[in-house]
Amino acid sequence: MTDVAATAPVALTADGVSKAYGDRRALQGVSFSAHRGERIAIIGPNGAGKTTLLQILAGSLTPSGGSVSLVGGEIGWVPQQPALYSKLSVAENLRLFARLERCPDVEATVERMLDQTGLRDRARDETGSLSGGNRQRVNVAIGLLAEPSVLLLDEPTSSLDPRQRERLWTFVSGLAEGGTAVVYATHNVAEAERFADRVLVLADGELLFSGSPRELERTVGGDAQADFESAFVSFLHERGH
Amino acid sequence: MRWLLLKDLQILRRSPLLVGVLVGYSVLVSLVAGLALSSGPSKPTVAFANLVPPEKSRVALGGRQVDATKYADKLFAKVIPIRVKTRAQAIAKVRSGEALGALVVPADVTEKLQGTLGLSGAGRPTVEVYFNADNPLKRQFVQDTITSTLAEANQAISAEVLRESARYLNVIVAGGKVALPIIGSVDILGLRNAQTIVDAARAGLPADAPERAALAQVSRFARLAADNLDLSKPILASISSPVRVKETIVAGSKSSLSAFAAEAAVIGSMMFVALLLAAGMLALEREENAFGRLIGGLVSRTELVAEKVVLAALAAFALTTVMLGILGALIGLDFGRSPLWLMVLAVGSVAFGAMGVAIGGAAREVRSASLAAFVVSLPVAALSLVPSGAVASGVYDVIHVISAAFPFRPGMRALDAAISGGDLLVPLLHLAALALVFSALARLSLRRFA
Repeated sequence: MTDVAATAPVALTADGVSKAYGDRRALQGVSFSAHRGERIAIIGPNGAGKTTLLQILAGSLTPSGGSVSLVGGEIGWVPQQPALYSKLSVAENLRLFARLERCPDVEATVERMLDQTGLRDRARDETGSLSGGNRQRVNVAIGLLAEPSVLLLDEPTSSLDPRQRERLWTFVSGLAEGGTAVVYATHNVAEAERFADRVLVLADGELLFSGSPRELERTVGGDAQADFESAFVSFLHERGH
Repeated sequence: MRWLLLKDLQILRRSPLLVGVLVGYSVLVSLVAGLALSSGPSKPTVAFANLVPPEKSRVALGGRQVDATKYADKLFAKVIPIRVKTRAQAIAKVRSGEALGALVVPADVTEKLQGTLGLSGAGRPTVEVYFNADNPLKRQFVQDTITSTLAEANQAISAEVLRESARYLNVIVAGGKVALPIIGSVDILGLRNAQTIVDAARAGLPADAPERAALAQVSRFARLAADNLDLSKPILASISSPVRVKETIVAGSKSSLSAFAAEAAVIGSMMFVALLLAAGMLALEREENAFGRLIGGLVSRTELVAEKVVLAALAAFALTTVMLGILGALIGLDFGRSPLWLMVLAVGSVAFGAMGVAIGGAAREVRSASLAAFVVSLPVAALSLVPSGAVASGVYDVIHVISAAFPFRPGMRALDAAISGGDLLVPLLHLAALALVFSALARLSLRRFA
């Protein structure tokens, strides 16, 4: 348990969440809580159930078992592929989702997000004409429209260059400092180490570990000079994955 | 929902090529289909009931005995006949759809025809024709086939009548022999010979004989009668249709062929626009990855289904209203019935929109949704246009059931009733039920959509 988790109130709780597709069990009884201001990275091999877990937390997928409870506030959802309309401009996308989110002052919200994403000069451009990085910025901005208490991001930096990644994590960390619980899935273990207070290790739908990156390294033991990625791979190997 | 609707309209406004192709293609395909429907179909199935007793089937035409059934044989070369024994059986075949039409030759036809040929003044013989008009094109074809065959028969009979009557007139005017039943051959003096005899007799009388004036009157009458009877020959030629046709529609539409083509074009356009738009726009939500975000608390799946149905229905309704207005003006439809047209266009558009959403719910992206819409809709439309009598009755029953599961056939029936009269409530309720069923299917299909 990290310092943030120990002191901040719970924002979201997953209790025994399961998901099955026929005989295949994508998630098996996953339970954890996210606290306000906490940054949680979900890591694991391909097919571990990371996206499935985030979709269930976001409410876009119904779990086969278990429950998700949100303690006040809203959930912001940033899917891996930009979920926006390529024929609409940046501002029109933001305006549409602000209306669907029932933001009290739609135009003020759009203006705020244009400033936050640094896309004011591209506001009238169709999102289909934007670079992958800029589309992802709009994608994240849409997830933040309702000023959520919990922000869920699925592989948020997969289409970004290193500079854009750095800017995104700076932005997300700023949100966490403001009290937003940030839960994200990533394949980039280094990002998890740098930008997560806690990591959840999923494999074959099972939650194998919940703790800080350092705790994961200690769990594995062995070579003290080994990096976090090596520790993560060793951990999975020890657990038979 | 209204923001999603506005968003979709915005996207459509920015995709003029897509909208152009959608509207242009739909209208073109439907009009071509309508025109194609006007081309000549294959042989129709016609029930035939000859109620004339065999011993009375021959008619004396001039000096010859002609079997009236030879005219039926001419008809059979042009149709696929189903021979039945009674009028009721013939009508039942038409009503069930097994035959497109029925020709009934009543028992008294040859008797009345003989009376007509004998210039006896008996009533004209009448044959009865019954139609199943569920497809006006086929009805027209059957009607043309039967009436043209009867016209040929009429022409042959009237030629005989004319020839025989002219021969009698010649004998009356110029004199000669006439063969009469029982009596045998009889010599007729003739009007001109009578005038000659009277003139000769008058010339032999004294100039002051009182009989001269009376004979002069008889002579004048004979001359005038001879002259005027000669003039009456062309009048006889006008007896061109000794056999009358009594036509009855026992089932199906009363629409004209042009109205039927307009109905097919309008419902076809409605189908293409609503299906493609609803299926495509729902699949677009998935293609743009927006579906998961939308249903993650922004809108419910039911709202999403309803929005796409409304969008597709509005577009289809607008297009078909304009189309029907233009076609109606061109072919002279009764605009007094336009409120009924609008009702059908509205309900039909919703039904097709719901079907489109159900298709879109099963597809992952726009291209496959559009392809699925085509793959499903074209055969259904083609099946719905298959008329009774064109295929075996068992096959027709299967086609009937399949086409009843889609909005095309009830849409055609509803629009036909709205334009030409008939039962509108049943096809409208049918369309409404299909709209509900397809909406429910669409809602179910979205469960696997994430």
